[in-house]
Amino acid sequence: MNEKYIARSSEIAARLLGGEMMIMSAVDSTFFTLNEVATMIWQAADGRTPLSEIIRQMCDHFDVEPEIARQDAEQFVTELSQHGILLVSDAPIENPVPVGTPR
Amino acid sequence: MSLMEQMHDKAMELGIPVDVHLDVTYRCNERCVHCYLDHDDHGEMTTAEIKDLLQELADISVFSVTFSGGEVFMRRDFLDLVEHARRLHFAVRIKTNGVMIRDREAERLRALAVSQIQISVYSHRPSVHDAITKLPGSWKRSIAAICFLKSHGLKVAIANVLMTANVHDHQGVQALARELGVRYNLDPTITPRMDGNTSILALRIPGHELNSVFHNEALIGNLDEFCLPPSPASADDLEEHPCSAGHSSCYVSPYGDVFPCVQFPLPSGNVRRQKFLDIWRTSRQLEEVRSIRLKDLPVCSTCSHAAVCTRCPGLAYMEGNMRGPSSADCEKSFQRTGIASANMLRKKTLAPPPSLVQIQPLSV
Repeated sequence: MNEKYIARSSEIAARLLGGEMMIMSAVDSTFFTLNEVATMIWQAADGRTPLSEIIRQMCDHFDVEPEIARQDAEQFVTELSQHGILLVSDAPIENPVPVGTPR
Repeated sequence: MSLMEQMHDKAMELGIPVDVHLDVTYRCNERCVHCYLDHDDHGEMTTAEIKDLLQELADISVFSVTFSGGEVFMRRDFLDLVEHARRLHFAVRIKTNGVMIRDREAERLRALAVSQIQISVYSHRPSVHDAITKLPGSWKRSIAAICFLKSHGLKVAIANVLMTANVHDHQGVQALARELGVRYNLDPTITPRMDGNTSILALRIPGHELNSVFHNEALIGNLDEFCLPPSPASADDLEEHPCSAGHSSCYVSPYGDVFPCVQFPLPSGNVRRQKFLDIWRTSRQLEEVRSIRLKDLPVCSTCSHAAVCTRCPGLAYMEGNMRGPSSADCEKSFQRTGIASANMLRKKTLAPPPSLVQIQPLSV
């Protein structure tokens, strides 16, 4: 299976509130609230850490079966990337688009 | 309950605001006839002070910032402040007259992924708009700004403050908003000037005009629902807070003064002297605002409109009592439903009887 890399979009507003991440897409104002597990994936989405490594950290931290963690993480990544708030690539994302870059 | 409402509830539990309205300047290039501000600069916060405040707000998990004024673009550092806020991952909204927005500014705001830009438009007729702003050519420039912003894919809303000077133009502005593909927000609220001068209240639209606005289906949507006679407040309703001011939102002036809301001029601290969070958590004024439940309002708690009234505690405060009625909102409830508020009925009862003896000058 090809490795995946994920990075947070710069077109979002986000805040950690009481252990849950609140995210709003600046593009379409869609609002998301992430639970503790999803928040961990979000925070680890630096464009450099492979998704497989993030899943491994999830298993360690939350005592969850690797296959279940993988399925959950894949679903999470697909859903958020469809809204453009998570960038997905087969290669490390060296410079996730910084805030203020013309589009 | 929507996710946004859940976030507000959670923030209140954690004792932090969700939204902060920050006026970066009171200076303005327009001189609107209904404006409540003093446009002189009495010592605005510097770029560094505002950036520090934004950092502080981000550290305590404030989610969104609304930049307003005055006219925000009167500050040369304004886009720098927006960039700083976006780097701190705030949801950023901007209120502006748009006069200084050209393609370059619009492109920059798009790059900064600003959530929404609200532009004041008073009329679909340039002459009426310019007479209100007292800036010749302002209509043309504000509309051009909307077009620039739209062409870059930004979300734009028109704010249409309604007053005697433009009372018949709201349908025209609504049609203009449709044509431009932007949201339309109507606001019939005129507030006293900051110095307490109430002369501009004469610009408020009269009751019968408000009535016609509230019965305009194109504006209101479902008239039957909107104009429905109110149901009595339940026990749960009476335990509710009257509004979010000082609970999950607040206002900071260009001089660092903190208030429960832009429309609630109760000084509650200053970020130049105290940390924002200390003000938010320990200000006696904010504590008093937060202590008020609907049941604590002596007149309004007995009103048939209590559960659905748009009562603004700030306007009530400006009338003399933050626990009292806001007459402007009583008028709105009345014009919407045809049912007088408890405050209106009380005033009628309290009106002095005609005197028994009338003294008149002797006509010669």
